[in-house]
Amino acid sequence: MSANAKAVAHNDDKHADGHAHDHTPGFFTRWFCSTNHKDIGTLYLIFACFAGILGGAMSMLMRAELQKPGLQVIGNGEFLNNLMHGGQANPGQLWNVLVTAHGLTMVFFVVMPALIGGFGNWFIPLMIGAPDMAFPRMNNLSFWLLVPAFLLLLASAFVGQGAGTGWTIYPPLSSTLGQPGPSVDMVIFALHLAGASSILGSANFITTIFNMRAPGMTLHKMPLFIWSMLVTAFLLVLAVPVLAGAITMLLTDRNFGTTFFKPAQGGDVILFQHLFWFFGHPEVYIMILPAFGIISEVVSTFSKKPIFGYLGMAYAMVSIGFVGFVVWAHHMYTTGLGVDVRVYFTIATLVIAVPTGVKVFSWLATMWGGSISFKTPMLWATGFIFLFTIGGVSGVMLANAGEDIVLHDTYFVIAHFHYVLSLGAVFAIFAGWYYWIGKMSGRQYPEWAGKLHFWTTFIGVNITFFPMHFLGLQGMPRRIPDYPTAFAHWNEVASYGAYIVGASTVFFVFMAIYTIFAGEKVGGNYWGEGATTLEWTVSSPPPFHQFTTQPIMK
Amino acid sequence: MSDKPVYDLKNGQKTPYFVPQPSPWPIVGAFSGGLLATSAVLYMHHISLGNFHFSLKEVGLGFLCVLAVMWLWWRDVIKEAFVDKSLTKETTTGLRYGMALFISSEVMFFVAFFWAFFASSLFPKAAINFVWPPHGIEVTPAFELPFMMTMILLLSGCAVTWAHHAVLEGKKDESVKALAITVGLGLFFTACQAFEYYHATYHFTGGIYPSTFFMATGFHGLHVIIGSIFLTVCTFRAAKGHFTKDRHFGLEAAAWYWHFVDVVWLFLFICIYWWGNG
Repeated sequence: MSANAKAVAHNDDKHADGHAHDHTPGFFTRWFCSTNHKDIGTLYLIFACFAGILGGAMSMLMRAELQKPGLQVIGNGEFLNNLMHGGQANPGQLWNVLVTAHGLTMVFFVVMPALIGGFGNWFIPLMIGAPDMAFPRMNNLSFWLLVPAFLLLLASAFVGQGAGTGWTIYPPLSSTLGQPGPSVDMVIFALHLAGASSILGSANFITTIFNMRAPGMTLHKMPLFIWSMLVTAFLLVLAVPVLAGAITMLLTDRNFGTTFFKPAQGGDVILFQHLFWFFGHPEVYIMILPAFGIISEVVSTFSKKPIFGYLGMAYAMVSIGFVGFVVWAHHMYTTGLGVDVRVYFTIATLVIAVPTGVKVFSWLATMWGGSISFKTPMLWATGFIFLFTIGGVSGVMLANAGEDIVLHDTYFVIAHFHYVLSLGAVFAIFAGWYYWIGKMSGRQYPEWAGKLHFWTTFIGVNITFFPMHFLGLQGMPRRIPDYPTAFAHWNEVASYGAYIVGASTVFFVFMAIYTIFAGEKVGGNYWGEGATTLEWTVSSPPPFHQFTTQPIMK
Repeated sequence: MSDKPVYDLKNGQKTPYFVPQPSPWPIVGAFSGGLLATSAVLYMHHISLGNFHFSLKEVGLGFLCVLAVMWLWWRDVIKEAFVDKSLTKETTTGLRYGMALFISSEVMFFVAFFWAFFASSLFPKAAINFVWPPHGIEVTPAFELPFMMTMILLLSGCAVTWAHHAVLEGKKDESVKALAITVGLGLFFTACQAFEYYHATYHFTGGIYPSTFFMATGFHGLHVIIGSIFLTVCTFRAAKGHFTKDRHFGLEAAAWYWHFVDVVWLFLFICIYWWGNG
């Protein structure tokens, strides 16, 4: 392979025949052996789309089950039970498997691949004026590791009783005591592979951003999307290995007789929770920081103004990243932490509201006095700001250790994290998709279709998740497939909302296919004067290798 | 960024960054990893397909596939650097960032095991009568074999620095000699650890002390072996004259890795053997 390997361009003149490197390789080489950041980004986006449809189908099944009291989907002889286990599975376990698969799929195989792998790969080199990522081959390894990881996760649901541990895989539920079959080990290995993918990918991102920026583009001149990817990548490099260590100990506890999480032999189940959330809390910022980056670009473009308080926005993300590492135990208020510890974690968590407020108000200040056009990406961005703020405010409530005793493990928590993730991170994925699809494919979506998609989703998600606040405050516990009739009303409403979102998503898939194959062709900068970052200076789609001549930032 | 950015797209230099040609190794490597994981699950749960029983051999097969990919991939990298001379100064700077970040992630991996150790030793649980080290565990005294192992690793750290300086002064034979000594000390360390494990009075499955002890020192031992292999490759490369005064990042990366392994051991020695064994 390497015998004919060449640099994209050399400094000496005899290699001026740069076109020799610019031809696109054949189908197999291009899509399976790629070293091209745009192709790998496309693979990530396609993968996230497939995984998103699967994870979304799981939510539809869950809402169908919860639409009424009693068991309609997972009970013995019912639809899903027949499909998975010939109607013989324990319904409660099957429900747990569904919840687990939904959570892990959405976190590791939808949001992260779309925001980081997809948009990160596509736009980091384009926005900083680089020809590709720092380690193009390793980039491809990061993508392909996700495939066996996802296959292991999916297969685990069909092996034995499935992995009904929740995405948090707490022992003893995840120990051999709770689930002796191979499924949990398959989930552990799926996370090992996905974790390796994330660590390699983020080392690649940091190196690219630090080492390959165009001359003149100092750190303080980078687009905010690049800042967001930089902070995200640091969180990944430092947080994911701790999860790897924790699940390795869980693996040896399950299979090789160690006792890390076995209290009878001197171990401690709470230790796992500490290790998991030391990873898990940065993980939630890993999912939302790239969203912040995209929203900043979109809001600035469609307000036709530079972002308000650029440095404050950049360092708000840095400080969210820092503080995000020292708030993990706010997920563990009910485990018997000491009072002082709870006081500390309450205060530290509330501190995060400050840089987050800086971001929200700076977006609003960017829009203030701007010449705003509400094209589809801007609709998603404003939707994001509104809904993420609701999720942030319920987060402030949950941050309080006293209040959380009542709300812990209720639907209030479900409402909170879906407001910041499905209505935050996922809205940002759609904002990014509508913002950049013309750049990525060279073809533009139909504006009416984008707006229809936005409004149906916006109405649907709010009907789904807002009532969950009420259910949580009434005391409905999470991860339960059946409930007293007192909770029936709002559950039914939530299910109807979910079906609206489901229909809207099906519409999106068809519209996306139409756009990519038959959408209207667009030029290099189809958003006009508001779009000022470097990706708008190249053609749509960009050439196979861009910036063989380095751009200079004045 | 507070003002509208202005770009000059015409007058820049040719980009100095190396982009490799498409390669089959990433996808083969990823699925080898998947094979390794799957075979490990099948082995751990003693699963049979008809008359075929999955055993450690199948795990070995998956592991061999991963190793083969590493060999083939890194052979390409060395070729690109040494034969094709395609790694520019800027690209090598990227490799330095990459290696430093990889080591940072490794440090955080060990944080998990130190966390488990301190959670168990600072707050001993009822099951071990709130005592650390637990009664009945015959600990290895810190200032016997473990202290010698500390000295061995520190000495090997000196040897690898010697090798680096020999390369910087263009003394090839001396660098080979120093690297060989480093590798020898690494192997000696591993032998000492094997001796210690063999003579330990407690077993991997013997409760929380052996769990934390073997997990932390075992993963460190694995990293010593990986580092030794890395340095062995560097020894052969040095003998072939791959390292010049101004281009020898492969050697530097191995040295960084070796120092990282060394530092982890110092923490293990101080925390687990010295402080923890009370």
